[in-house]
Amino acid sequence: MKQRDLPEHPEFLWHNPEPSSMYDVIIVGGGGHGLATAYYLAKNHGITRIAVLERGWLAGGNMARNTTIIRSNYLWDESAAMYEQSLKLWEGLEDELDYDIFFSQRGVMNLAHTLQDERDSVRRVEANRLNGIDAEWITPEQVKELCPIINIGQDIRYPVMGATYQPRAGIAKHDWVAWAYARRASDMGVDLIQNCEVTGFEMDHGRVTGVHTNRGTIHAGRVALAAAGHTSVLTEMAGFRVPIQSHPLQALVSELHDIIHPTVVMSNHVHVYVSQAHKGELVMGAGVDPYNGYGQRGSFHVIEQQMSAAVELFPAFSRAHLLRTWGGIVDVTLDASPIVGLTPVEGMYVNCGWGTGGFKAVPGAGTAFAHTIANNAPHPLNEPFALDRFETGALIDEHGAAAVAH
Amino acid sequence: MTSRRLATGGLIGRDETIKFTLGSTTYAGFAGDTVASAALANGIARVGDSIYLRRPRGVMTCGVEEPNAFVRVEGGYGESMLPATTLELADDLQMTWEDGIGTLDQSVDDAEYDHMHVHTDVAIVGAGPAGLSAARAAVATGVRVTLLEQDFALGGSLLGRPGEQVEGRPAHEWVQQVRAELEAAPNCRILLRTSVFGSYDNNYLVALEKRTGHLTTEGMSRQRVWHLIVGRVVLATGSFERSLIFAGNDRPGVMLASAAQAYLGRFGVLVGERVVVFTTNDSAYPVAADLAAVGATVTVLDARPSAGCQLPPAVDVRFGMVVVETLGDEVVTGVRIASADGSDVVPQELECDLLAVSGGWSPNVSLHSQRQGALRWDERLVGFVPTAPVARQALAGAVLGTSWTEGCLSEGAAAGADEVSPVHAGERADRAGATADLWLVPGPHGDLATHFVDPQRDNTAADVVRAVGAGMRSVEHVKRYTSISTGLDQGKIGGVLTIGLLTQLLSAPDMAAVPAGQPGQVVGDGAEDGEVNEGGRATNASMRPSPGALGTTTFRAPFTPVAFVALAGRSRGQLYDPARLTPSHGRQVELGARFEDVGQWKRAWYFARHGEDMDAAVARECRAARENVAYMDATTLGKIEVRGADAATFLNRIYTNAFAKLAVGKQRYGVMCRPDGMVFDDGVTFRLADDRFVMTTTTGGAARVLEWLEEWSQTEWPDLDVWFTSVTEQWTTIAVVGPRSRQVVAALAPDLDVSKEGFEFMAFRDTTLASGIPARIARVTFSGELAFEINVSGWYGQSLWDDVSAAGESLGITPYGTETMHVLRAEKAYPIVGQDTDGTVTPQDLGMSWVVSTKKEFVGKRSYERASHNATGRKQLVSLLPLDTTLRLPEGSQVIEQAAAPEGPLDGPARMPIPMIGHVTSSYHSQAIGRSFALALVKDGRDRVGQQAVASFGGRFVPVEIGDAVVYDKEGTRRDG
Repeated sequence: MKQRDLPEHPEFLWHNPEPSSMYDVIIVGGGGHGLATAYYLAKNHGITRIAVLERGWLAGGNMARNTTIIRSNYLWDESAAMYEQSLKLWEGLEDELDYDIFFSQRGVMNLAHTLQDERDSVRRVEANRLNGIDAEWITPEQVKELCPIINIGQDIRYPVMGATYQPRAGIAKHDWVAWAYARRASDMGVDLIQNCEVTGFEMDHGRVTGVHTNRGTIHAGRVALAAAGHTSVLTEMAGFRVPIQSHPLQALVSELHDIIHPTVVMSNHVHVYVSQAHKGELVMGAGVDPYNGYGQRGSFHVIEQQMSAAVELFPAFSRAHLLRTWGGIVDVTLDASPIVGLTPVEGMYVNCGWGTGGFKAVPGAGTAFAHTIANNAPHPLNEPFALDRFETGALIDEHGAAAVAH
Repeated sequence: MTSRRLATGGLIGRDETIKFTLGSTTYAGFAGDTVASAALANGIARVGDSIYLRRPRGVMTCGVEEPNAFVRVEGGYGESMLPATTLELADDLQMTWEDGIGTLDQSVDDAEYDHMHVHTDVAIVGAGPAGLSAARAAVATGVRVTLLEQDFALGGSLLGRPGEQVEGRPAHEWVQQVRAELEAAPNCRILLRTSVFGSYDNNYLVALEKRTGHLTTEGMSRQRVWHLIVGRVVLATGSFERSLIFAGNDRPGVMLASAAQAYLGRFGVLVGERVVVFTTNDSAYPVAADLAAVGATVTVLDARPSAGCQLPPAVDVRFGMVVVETLGDEVVTGVRIASADGSDVVPQELECDLLAVSGGWSPNVSLHSQRQGALRWDERLVGFVPTAPVARQALAGAVLGTSWTEGCLSEGAAAGADEVSPVHAGERADRAGATADLWLVPGPHGDLATHFVDPQRDNTAADVVRAVGAGMRSVEHVKRYTSISTGLDQGKIGGVLTIGLLTQLLSAPDMAAVPAGQPGQVVGDGAEDGEVNEGGRATNASMRPSPGALGTTTFRAPFTPVAFVALAGRSRGQLYDPARLTPSHGRQVELGARFEDVGQWKRAWYFARHGEDMDAAVARECRAARENVAYMDATTLGKIEVRGADAATFLNRIYTNAFAKLAVGKQRYGVMCRPDGMVFDDGVTFRLADDRFVMTTTTGGAARVLEWLEEWSQTEWPDLDVWFTSVTEQWTTIAVVGPRSRQVVAALAPDLDVSKEGFEFMAFRDTTLASGIPARIARVTFSGELAFEINVSGWYGQSLWDDVSAAGESLGITPYGTETMHVLRAEKAYPIVGQDTDGTVTPQDLGMSWVVSTKKEFVGKRSYERASHNATGRKQLVSLLPLDTTLRLPEGSQVIEQAAAPEGPLDGPARMPIPMIGHVTSSYHSQAIGRSFALALVKDGRDRVGQQAVASFGGRFVPVEIGDAVVYDKEGTRRDG
């Protein structure tokens, strides 16, 4: 049985060097984005004198806490371009990184439960198709065909009225993605330095020249911030602000079960999304806790509400058991789109504000951010996601219109 | 292993036989058995194979940490992955062993589950000696006490040692006496079978009570989730015995020493006749004594040079010896032993049918750690212990490392009475004696492939070695590289073992790169150990890293697994987000209404008469409203009463248009925006008095608008005297619409002057209806037609519906639903927030600049100065008229320029992106203009009026003409009838 036959990790992943005193580029934050950025800087731009500084353990933040969903069916052109580029890279990632990351294009459906859900869904499908993204509006019967365990009966509180479906979407094993990037980056000479917290910046006439850390001062001509919600703490030290708010977002898993859930189902209306990982655990997420904070834990009632929705939609999950809950910290901007680009400090770059979309964006954002750092100018993909859009008002608002909060 | 039930002994009810089935065989056990004890009593050694390596496995523990023995219970609704060691034996249980992977039942679980919310002054978690003592002491202080115990019996570790003397009597008698005292106390609640699985901020505990055994009992909830808000929490959660890592340590017949003792003492089951006890500490000696006392042959192998306690009689004790390997085919038949220091190079063999192991004790700190309670590594106890309780909590007993019963009693009593523990830290280690920190016994074959660290996940020491070799330094990385601690026991078996093993594998110089536990975790060594670390860095390079420097992985809820459906509780089926119904809902059902969900409400969508489809019904309803008279239930609109001396000032800041000078007795339509200037909600607000308004909101937006008002009031403008109260359900509103509506309202409200002059547009009047019902009637329109909205107390809602029907009957008054409402308002280009807007639309984009004051400050105003609000390219509300006048565009269709349209239809995604200029927000057939039309948001739409564009949907591209947003009665001639 395949479920009981899992591949091993490579025998060697990364070195644990002491930091040097000088690098060409320092990347602050060793999560998926930081590691991918280091990899693409080395691979696409030939820059290998790079340090990735991680306060805790590599990929231990949201990279270790997300529900691993990958899709590109975003509403607005700018988002669709970024996530579709990312999805194209995902499609070749196992070969490129030579690592079995369990990328599985099992499709993702977003359920509609109201007439307005349906309008929003059709709108997004039509926009996706014109943007060259595979997207379909499917009927409840088609939903059932793709996912036989779902209840499409009319007798539930919010019956399924249809769904958007992206066949090329899917999941991957989150930790392993980060490790795949880390391994290749380390192999190309990037120093991955854990247990290294940035406590301040060295500046010279408005230009960054290095970082102070708990392991000493480290110099670099360019400093790239990829620290998710803690980016605002860093930029505060650098003398500018980023408009992000951090909220807890909880996820959970069950114990292992025989595989019965073949795809990924998301419902924004009743706030639940669920897939079944390769090993057999149900992986679920819920809504964001409304309050701000960096504590990686959320409110229990959010879990309970999510469970109600889950057993309504999936009667088979009734006596699956909650095995572990955890919280990630989503860094949300005013328009629920990321900030990727230059900053008011010369030589400093920022990549944050991904909210709930960070994992799926890792390859695309990594290439675009690496390009931005290497050229001191944004890549066309991230140009619309500049920090100054909050001054001009040219927002890319993904919360309301996409009918998907995640 | 030759386990069997002894003729006497144990705390089971031997006069009550219970039949159960495992696989295809039926067995008998006794009341008070678990499935595991009953299986062992029946001589079952092998309980299913391991998950990946498919190795035979046996019962290893006697509690929630069990890694091997899981059953699926059949009958009714099946449930998988239940630990046999905690599942209470019940009549006719039908079970099968499972190999680490469950099977979900796909039918609907029709058992009941409920939730209970309680406050208690003191909650005591765990009813072992410390917990019972704490309960007794707390009860004596007169406060409300809740004692929660996950087992179905009180006593904790004493259950396994029923003969031990406690306060001068045998332990089981002492437990019964305390139980009787507690049950007699009016201020104590005992919850058995109740596992506290979550501990959240402010002493909020969440617990699962198993109420009906496994099966469903009519009229009783099967499981209950308790939510407890607690004044003071006492954690008397005990500790877990650790296993030891050596070759073949997973073979059936290898069991924790304390489990072997518990099966004997509590269940009267002798799990082996020829026993080898392999220990690193003193706690296994009483186990050896108990086993020997009932006739087992016992050999103790102690890894230490000597013991700190008296040696039991009739037991062969060998110091400085370790087990290097188990022998046997399926089950243990012997062990290979060697000297602990490696001096004895030729291993010897010992025959045995049970290997009882004790690798030391790990305090059960899960609930403490869920609250970010700090831990330290205690070198003498060889375990992570809490440094101090979290606020308003106390710790007592083995969770602190207090290992002797008398100490647990006095510590529990102190904790229960909110006093300082009389037990000193040093005393704990002194009483426990030395524990050898033995993390791995090398195997005789040079490999570590059967040295199991986490038997449930089939992870071995070889996996840990491989992880370290791959560069993994953090315990979190090792966990993820191997999958240790991710099984059902969540690291209760393998967690500390892994950390200990890592200390042996990591050399000190590497430690600079070792991140400790989760970010922010306070895990350090005791100061006396000279190895305290900041951020997990070893400061003494000559020493091997200690477990304290590595830290633990994060402890998370739930402590024990909880069924999804128990968490759902009663919030299932009809009680899942219960539908809100208006008072006249039943009448609308009688009239054949179909309903749509709007927010939590059921709203009549349309009223199909016999043989009509939706289009026909809506067309008829539209004609009635435009040409005659029609009525609809508008009760669901949110209503918020806004009161206070500064109510007008507040509304003036919230709405984009002026409200300060609205006259009493008048209403005004208002739009509210977010700080980014985008439309957030809209509605009509009545001014009842200088300091009193009633605001209406969209149906779906009522709750978030109330939150919005509260947020601005409480956080931004606390100086304003203004208060908000939801009154949505206090009112019923019926709209009477159409050129003949005046006649209907005149009949309903004979005292009211309803003439055009006497009752002007946007006025409202309080009056008494002919029926005697007090009413507030407003002149307002959401269709452009002459219309009245009649508001009465919700209690009279159905009566009002009936009165309106009767008053209009002779005119042929027609009920209509939300679809017709949408058509009528769309013809007038009145936007629906959330349908024609999506959070990116300003009032100006909607063509409603008139509603945006240029004179006053309001939320969102500053944003209109930003570049993007003054540049071209903003999407504006316009109408689209398909050239095919019968074609109704799907809502959500995209709009593109003619030049961008491909030659023919597309049967998939476009190869190259096709630029879009807008999308259809609303789309209908209009009776008024005799054709289809749509509303759309189109880039620079107002400049494109009169031009053609192309609508795209389902791969089709159809020509449309862009028109002014208002397609009917632009001049507003119909408003006054």
